[in-house]
Amino acid sequence: MKFKTLKLIIVALALMLPLSAQAEKMGIADPARDKYYSALQGKRVAFVPLAMGFDLTEGWYAGMKKALEPLGVEMILRDPNWSADAGSKAISSLISEKPDAMVIHNPDVQTYAKLLKKAEKAGIHIVQVNMKSAFPTDAFVGADYIEIGEIVTQKVVDQCGPGTSQKIAIVQGVLTAAASAYQLRGVSNILEKNPNIKVVSNQAADWDSTKARAITETTLQQNPDLCGIVGFWDGMDIGTGAAVKEAGMHEKVFLATSGGGGKNGCDNLENDIFDVFVSYDVPGQARDLSNALKSLLQSGNKPGKAGKVSFFTQPQILTKENMASYMGSGACWTVESLSSN
Amino acid sequence: MIKLRNQELIILIVTVVIFAGFSIFLDKFFSTGNLLTLMRSVSILGILSIAMAVVVISKGIDLSLIATLAVGTALASVMSSPDVLPSFDLPFVYAVLLGFLFTAILCAITGILVAYWDMASVFVTLAMAGVIYGLGRTLFIGDELNYLPEDAIWLEYLGRGQLLGVPMPIICFLSLAFIMHLVLKKTTFGKFVYSIGDSGLAARTAGVPVRPILVIIFVIAGLVAYFAGLLTAGAISSINTRMVSGSMIYDVLLVVVVGGIGLSGGKGGMHNVILGTLLIGTLLNGMVIMDISFIVQNLIKGIILLIAIMTDTILNPRDEQTTQQGDI
Repeated sequence: MKFKTLKLIIVALALMLPLSAQAEKMGIADPARDKYYSALQGKRVAFVPLAMGFDLTEGWYAGMKKALEPLGVEMILRDPNWSADAGSKAISSLISEKPDAMVIHNPDVQTYAKLLKKAEKAGIHIVQVNMKSAFPTDAFVGADYIEIGEIVTQKVVDQCGPGTSQKIAIVQGVLTAAASAYQLRGVSNILEKNPNIKVVSNQAADWDSTKARAITETTLQQNPDLCGIVGFWDGMDIGTGAAVKEAGMHEKVFLATSGGGGKNGCDNLENDIFDVFVSYDVPGQARDLSNALKSLLQSGNKPGKAGKVSFFTQPQILTKENMASYMGSGACWTVESLSSN
Repeated sequence: MIKLRNQELIILIVTVVIFAGFSIFLDKFFSTGNLLTLMRSVSILGILSIAMAVVVISKGIDLSLIATLAVGTALASVMSSPDVLPSFDLPFVYAVLLGFLFTAILCAITGILVAYWDMASVFVTLAMAGVIYGLGRTLFIGDELNYLPEDAIWLEYLGRGQLLGVPMPIICFLSLAFIMHLVLKKTTFGKFVYSIGDSGLAARTAGVPVRPILVIIFVIAGLVAYFAGLLTAGAISSINTRMVSGSMIYDVLLVVVVGGIGLSGGKGGMHNVILGTLLIGTLLNGMVIMDISFIVQNLIKGIILLIAIMTDTILNPRDEQTTQQGDI
């Protein structure tokens, strides 16, 4: 009996609720709100990185989750752990699962190209991140690696003007990786304009810091008057920098490199391992990714039918002196700082 | 005095010729600084080759060495980094001991599978490489790149310090090779290792505890690899588990085979490891000085490995005994 009366009271209160709310409604309603929220609610977005477990992919994923999950978007993660083959399989199986959008991190320009075409035909929006495929899709978000290569090289060239030995070394990543090949083009763009610069060593260290270290040690032995080093990725160039520092030459040899702009990179600036660290701003990229997805999901366009757009990341040129001023705009981030509110 | 076999003599001559050639034609190759750099850049490879050599002498092979190296070391670094695993904030020394324990247990499992389950070591260790990496990455190691904690200064000294002008990794390599030489040549355990490699069946008939010895061999190899991992981390203040998917394990095999430790087991010793390491070190150093491209470097390494295996086959031909017992 008692329970029944309680129920009655609740029902009565619930009926009165809209009345009281109506009485208090103030301000104006925004008609775009509903469209925004309903366009995103219940959508599924799949992320296929090269691998999880390193700063770029962890940062993007944390940033997208933070931006999209509160809006009711379900994030799906497929981690192929550096295997292009596993990545292809993941994309194939995702095509049959048919999420609303996919964010793809290409291992090179060819491998996924056909699959991406197939996915768009199947009605899935594709956003490519940082590494482009030969097949352009709805959106690309990422660093302009040619520009990154140019900036890094220019910084080194600026330090190695007349009066220095003008000798520089280049530490590349994996020769076939787009990130390495594009950067190399940027390097040669600058070197063409500076014929006085002598490249005494141009070696690939395979993104491996141990190899970078061994190569740099030998290069420094051979060229004790080396002026600067162009590095291709901060995770690898901790080895390059360690070799320079150990030889006691970090005052004389200028090391510039690039990367996602995370805290470890900043620590390496602080410890004089790097002299310049060009960041492609992973927090900014995560936001660009989320916004590209939001815009595609709201547009109502069929995948692959609208114009293709690119969001090139504005690089941040960090040094020991200026990095504090960039911290407000996302530099020196950690995955925790991207995932927490 | 170590008696050189034919093959070793050939390799020694080849090394001397290449070394002399580089000294004459490459500017600044033959300088104390460069020679120390040369040695130090391959000393970690050399330590790994010590581990591989012990296994190969007992007629096995261990393809999980790099996984052991990377996962064991990354585990140690994670266990003492509070911002990675908040519940574990061990002093680095304890974390290193924990990594030691983890490595020993997993390598004992490998050894037990090979010795008691009678499985071919090449398949067991190939599978175990995946198990070790997967287990480590799922349970403990979130990130690939793991920085050493601040209280790892002693390890950084081992990895990049110097004693009387000689880099510590070289000292570690040579002392470890010397200790292993004593173990292999002066102890009963060492004699057992050679007898197992020569003929497991004969060794068992003669009363050698073949199975326990095999387990111990795999544990020793794993722990030596773990030590190599700690040195790697000390040198660059970090360890990247991605090296597991790299080609380092083939470089290790290259050193062992080129050094003249026959893949048919029971032959060779630490002098072969040092010889092989020197040859590869000389080549790598020379190729970097000449600024030869990465692809051509791999080509040269591949050709040398082929020639070494061919020499091995000519000098240690497959006889009735190997046919009966099989190769690695």
